[in-house]
Formats: sequence, structure tokens, C-alpha cells
Amino acid sequence: MTALLEVTALNKSFGSVVAANDITVAVADGERIGIIGANGAGKTTFVNMVTGYLKPSGGTIAFLGRDITPLPPRAIIAAGISRSFQVPQIFTSVTVADNLLIAVGVAEGGAFPLWQSLRGAARFAAVAALLERFGILAYRDQPAGLLPQGVRKLLDIAMATVRAPRLLLLDEPTSGISAEEKFAIMDVVMGATVGARRAVMFIEHDLDIIARYATRVLAFAEGTIIAQGAPAAVIGDAQVKRYILGEAPSLRRAAAAPP
Amino acid sequence: MLTALTILVDGLVYSSWLFIVAVGLTLIFGVMKVLNVAHGGFYSIGAYTAAWSVGLYFEAGWAPLGSFALLILSAIVAGVVLGLALERGLLRFVYGRDEILVVLVTYAVFLILENLVLQIWGVEAYLAYQPNTLLGTTRLGGLAFSNYELMLIPLAGIIGFGLWWGLNRTRTGKILRAVIHDREMSLAMGVNVARLFTATFVIGAVLGALGGAVTAPMISVTPGIGVEVIVLAFAVVVISGLGSVPGTIIGALIVGLSRAAAVHLWPEIELFVIYAVMSAVLIVRPQGLFGRPHLRRI
Amino acid sequence: MDGTIRALVLGAALLAAVSFALPDWIIFLATIIIAKALVVLGLLILWRAGLMSFGQALFYGVGAYAVGLAQLAWGLRDAFLLVLIGVALAAAMAFVLGFLLARYRDIFFAMLSLAFSMILYGTLVKSATLGSTDGFAILQPRFLGLAPAGPAAKHDLFLLTLCLAAAAAYLTHRYLASPLGALTTAIRDNEIRVEYLGYSVERAIHVSYVVAASLAGAGGALVALAVGHIDPDATYWTSSGEFVFVTILSGAGSVLAPFIGSALFELLRAYAADYAPYSWQMILGLCLLLLILFLPQGVWSLVARLAPRRARRIAAP
Repeated sequence: MTALLEVTALNKSFGSVVAANDITVAVADGERIGIIGANGAGKTTFVNMVTGYLKPSGGTIAFLGRDITPLPPRAIIAAGISRSFQVPQIFTSVTVADNLLIAVGVAEGGAFPLWQSLRGAARFAAVAALLERFGILAYRDQPAGLLPQGVRKLLDIAMATVRAPRLLLLDEPTSGISAEEKFAIMDVVMGATVGARRAVMFIEHDLDIIARYATRVLAFAEGTIIAQGAPAAVIGDAQVKRYILGEAPSLRRAAAAPP
Repeated sequence: MLTALTILVDGLVYSSWLFIVAVGLTLIFGVMKVLNVAHGGFYSIGAYTAAWSVGLYFEAGWAPLGSFALLILSAIVAGVVLGLALERGLLRFVYGRDEILVVLVTYAVFLILENLVLQIWGVEAYLAYQPNTLLGTTRLGGLAFSNYELMLIPLAGIIGFGLWWGLNRTRTGKILRAVIHDREMSLAMGVNVARLFTATFVIGAVLGALGGAVTAPMISVTPGIGVEVIVLAFAVVVISGLGSVPGTIIGALIVGLSRAAAVHLWPEIELFVIYAVMSAVLIVRPQGLFGRPHLRRI
Repeated sequence: MDGTIRALVLGAALLAAVSFALPDWIIFLATIIIAKALVVLGLLILWRAGLMSFGQALFYGVGAYAVGLAQLAWGLRDAFLLVLIGVALAAAMAFVLGFLLARYRDIFFAMLSLAFSMILYGTLVKSATLGSTDGFAILQPRFLGLAPAGPAAKHDLFLLTLCLAAAAAYLTHRYLASPLGALTTAIRDNEIRVEYLGYSVERAIHVSYVVAASLAGAGGALVALAVGHIDPDATYWTSSGEFVFVTILSGAGSVLAPFIGSALFELLRAYAADYAPYSWQMILGLCLLLLILFLPQGVWSLVARLAPRRARRIAAP
């Protein structure tokens, strides 16, 4: 299987602060990679670099064989990578529906004909489907600025999935969502992105989510990947225990494999 | 050589009073995040108050040297009255609103102040030349420079030093810098931000008025000087980096010297050289020379 | 045809019809109002994107001076052609300046746009060939080869202004209702999100800036033709300030708002000039203050409250 994403010796320094140090990882189609690490370990920095928001100090990022390191976010989005944010980035002064209409509108048209209204029938249908799939139909006409945190997250993720990306990066998708709903949300998100030619990388603090959905885990600490591999192996790794989990993590038995 | 000297002296004098005006503006922005267009009104009212009172003073025939104190006094009175009235009476109701709206509020106040000047002092020019001529001239390299104007340079220096000392060596100053850096955090630490805002605005207003007051003996005080000065002050503040007091020294020097150079060497561009310089600075350093880029958490 | 466009077409048709019976001074005032409203329309587009330009006077002046220069240098007299030249020059200038300006926001955008306009002002004042502070006269334009006299010419100019304004308002409305227009408005909310949806914020701002400049150029050209004179005051920062004032007065809710706002402003100015000539600035300032404190969405928000809005619901297929 050819690598979807190939990150080689990526590093990033802000003056004397090393935010990322020699990160090398390859992601293949179909993989679901969980990223764990303490706060400030460089997880979001990693996502920022892969999606072009931050320019690395060194190293390369290749997507589908093409070097995307110097590209700005919009080019990387067009190439097929998408992301959601730790702090949901939504358009707060318009409704949830409008947020998605804009996302769908941008995804559809390169040329943006002037004669087309934002609210075309086909687009309504696409948006309705999205709202339905992510379970936020009830919030359709609410101004996005007034949404509760969990719904913001879902809207953010929904907007990220509009372009059917080959690689989806999710930054703490379930933070701000209640414990009972976490699995349901992840089921939806993972289900929306299932497919042989897709991959997902998600940053998570909740080990249950990691255990249930990840096919591989990357453990970050102080800017480097200190362990990677199967979830059980990584979670049991001594270094990971030392830097991230604490000496005696309590891990509930992983539930049945996700669909 | 003589031209270089003239440019240097003219430039320094210009930079001095411009610094006094601009530093008030940047202080207000740095602490309160308010872009105070009304500052131009402080300048013109400071100038008019000074010119008018100096005129009366000399008519009354009092000791000439006292007129200098009168200039300072006029500025303080004008600044305190306007600053308090504006901050307590209007601005505190619009904090937290959209930045542009706050600017427009101060713009509206500016229009009102400029008109107030017309209503109170009319359209004729006020000439308060006496303090200027009183001190005589100094001959440098065969040219005569007004001692009064030369005095502006150390005055600006004193004010600059005073501000530096106040911000770095006093407790209130350090608190002020904390507020400039992070208002929310300062509030959380129990800083009485409201009172600090009032104090800052009044100090800024006094500085604006002082800029006008000390300039009055050098110019013909007419309606509209505020309009000219406010854009210059803004240019200086933007060049320096909004909210940076040390930056304003550099910014004022750059603007003052460029303008002096233009006046003597290339008069065609004299009117807009400042804006060309500002554009050039922003191209190279989009936040201004000493500005801090605004970071965003995602 | 949605409500705005219907109102636009009806309003324009009505005005055109009625204009034949109105006295000359009203025709003149109406021309000025509509022409200046074009400038404000451009500012509305930028304001929707979260940017306030304090330098539209640059393009307003460029449009006006272009008309004068085209008359002097090439002997052109056709009104439409002259306006077109003004627009073209303004657009070209904005295209170039936009590369720089599109990288800035908030106060820096405002100050940089102001700087450019002040550079033009300084150049014009120092330029003897362009008449310096006196400016120069603009000759009576011709319309489609005809050279009507006096009042008829003014009336023709009014009709031209009305047509251009109606077209501009229509196009702007379509633009704002399109995905690109919504996206440009979204920039104000969240630039990062716009970039992450795959669209270039800088490009959107650049385009908006050029459009706004073109509108300002058209406005300047039309006013110059109406007034018959141009001088550098048109490019001074206070001129930009007036346009900003009218933008806030109007509100950004509809392409019709600038016309209402502009009308109110000019009427206010006319009355103030008559009754309180030395207090014009104060009246302006007080009005602006009251507006911002009590009606920050502009006069349009009042109009919108009167007409019930169609609920923004997604129709079930």
C-alpha cells in the first residue's frame, strides 16, 4: 500500500522552544491513527504543520507522493486533507445551516458563478443530509455563535468532511462532549469517513476512544513521537506510561470493534 | 552641510512635539485598546487654550517668564477636563464594542470638539508668539534657531524619560504594563481596570493637549490644525507599533526627520512623505516597528 | 425576483418617471446623493468582509480627476465614456494597491488605505499642472453624441447616474447572495475557517477592494460631472471620513441602505448649511454618536423591522 501521508524528520522551533523534533511517520489508506500526549506535547503543532498553518523549521511532508510542505492551507485542503480544530472554527454570526451552505458552496464551485444563489436546492439537500448525519438537525437555524460546545465541535467536524477528504485530521473531536455521547459521536464521525481510500488521524485524551477506534497509536511527548504501534502496545509502553499516562493507567476493556 | 544641520534641528524639533502628541495616543491604545481620533481635538484645544490664555497673560502685563508655566498649565487643565469628561461621560459605555465602532465614536467626538473650537474661539488665527521670541535665538553654523523650539527637544526627552520611569519603576506603571499585555488576566488579578482606564485616558489627553500647547507659540493657531495633526500622530503610532511607548520615540524621529528632509530637499513630496514612510514600514514590518503580532489559539 | 431587487427596480423606475417633473435643484441633489451612495455601496462590501477603508477618497478623487484629465487631454465629452475611464483608472489602481492592502486588517488596513489617499492628496496639492488647491473645471458632458443644454444635460446626467446605480446595486446584491459573497462575509467571522474550506482570503479581499474602488471611482466621476469642478479636497481624509459616516448611518443590511443613508446625509447637510452653518461638524458628530450608541446597525435596521423578513428556512425538497 502506498503511503497516503509521509512525514519525514519534521521539526519546528520557536526560538529556543522546540515544539517538534524529528517526527517521522507514514499513514496509509484505511488507517485510523490515534494521537495521544500530554498538553503541549506538540500534537496540535503537528496537525498545524501537516495542514500548512505552520511552516516547519525542517523536514518534509508528502501527500500522495507530492511535497506539500510549502503549501498554504487552502492548497492542502484542495489536495485532499482536511481538519477539525481544538477550538472549533465556525462562522459565529450566521446559522448552522448557513455555515454548511458556505462549506458546500466552496467545495462545489471553483468559479463561483454570480448567478447562483447560495441557497440552491441541491445544496439544501446536501446540507440537510450533513445535519442529519451529525445529529445536529435540531440546531439548523440557530446562530452558530450561540451553540453549546459539543454542537460547535460537531459543526466544525461536519464542515471538515464536506470535501470528502482522503485524510482527515481531528483535534480532540470529543472534548466538550458528555461521556455518554462520546461513542455515538465518534461512530458518526468514523462512519462518515469510512472507506478504503481514506484515513483518519485523531488527537484524543480519552483512552477508551483510542482503544475503540484506533488501528494505530502515536504517542507524543515534548515534541517527539516516543512510541507508535498497536493501541494496546503503545498504551502499555513504559515510556508512554512515564510521560503521558501515569504509572498505573486504568483501562476499561475495549468494546467491540467499530463498524 | 548647513542643510543637513537645518534638517537635523528642524527634524528633531518636529519629532519632539509630535512625540508628545503621539505617545499619548499610543498609551491610550496600549492600555485601553481605543484608537482615539478625538486626540486631534485634545491637541487643538490645548493649542487654543494656551494661545488664548497666553494672549490674555501678556495683555495683563505679567512677568513674561511665567508664560511658560501657563502653557503647561493650560495643557493640564484642558487635558484633565476633556479627558475626564470624555472617559467618564462617554467612552466607558462603549468599551468592549466592535473596534471600528469605538473608533467612530472617538471620530464623532473629534468632530464635536473641532466645532467647539470654532464656536468658542471663532475663525481668526491666534498668535501667541511671545514665549517663542522671549528666549531669543542660538546661532549654529551661521543659522539662527529659535531657543524656544530647541527647548522642545529636552522637553520631549523629559516626558519620554518620565513615562519610561513611570512605566518601569513605579508600581502603578508596572500594573499598567500588565494591563497592556493582558487585560483579562489583570482583571482576574484584581486590578481596578476602570480606574486605570480613567487615569490613562486623562494622562493621554494631557499629553495631547501639551503637544498643542507647546506648539502654539510656533504656529498660527487656526481651526483645522487638529485635523492635520491627528493623521500625523496616527501615522507615527502605526509606524511605531500600536501601544509601544519606546517605539513612539523611534517612530516620531523617523517621521520628523523624513519630513524635515523632504521640506528642504524635495518639497514636492513634503505633504505625503510621512504616509509613504508609513507604507514602507508596514510593508517590511506589518505590525509596525515594535508592534506585537496578534496570535490566535486554534 | 426577491424583495430587494423588486424594490430596486420599482424605485429606480419611479424615480426616473418622477424626475421629469422635478425642479432642477432636486435633480442635482438627487444626482449627488446617488453618486455618493455608490461610494458607500463599495464600503458596504468591504464592511461585510470586516474591513473599513478610510481611504475611499483616493478612488473617488481618481474617478473625478480622470474625467477632468480625459476632457483636457483627449477632448472626450461623452458622459458614459468618461465615467468608464474613471472607473477603469480606479480599478487599475486598486488592483495594484490591493496586492499590498489585502494582507492587512483592522486598523492597519484602515491606516494604509488612508495613507494612500493622503499620498494622492499631497501630490495633487503640489501639482501646479493639475491646478493645485484650486483644482480645475469639468466641462458639460455629452450624452450619446447629443449635447443638451443646461437643465436637460443635468437631467440626462441624473438618468445616467440612476441607471448606473441601479445596475451596480443589482450586481452587488447578486454578488452578496452568491456563495462567493457569503464567503466574503464569512471572512469577517473566521478567516482561518475560510482558508480551511479551501478559499483564499487574500484574494477575496483583493477582489472586494477592487470592486469598492470601482464604485468609488464611478461616484467620483459622476459627482465631478454634476458639479462641474474638481479639487484635491475630494481626496482628503475627511472626505473618506464622510463616506465612512454614511456607511454606518446606512447600515450594511441591504444594497438599498446606502441610498437611503446618502439621502439622509445630504439632506441633513443641506439643512444644517441653511440653519446652522457654523455647527455642521457638531451636528454631524452628535448624529454619528447617537447612531453608534443607539442604532449601530444603521438606519436600514429600522427599515428591516418594518418589513417582515422571510424566515431563513431550508425548504424541504
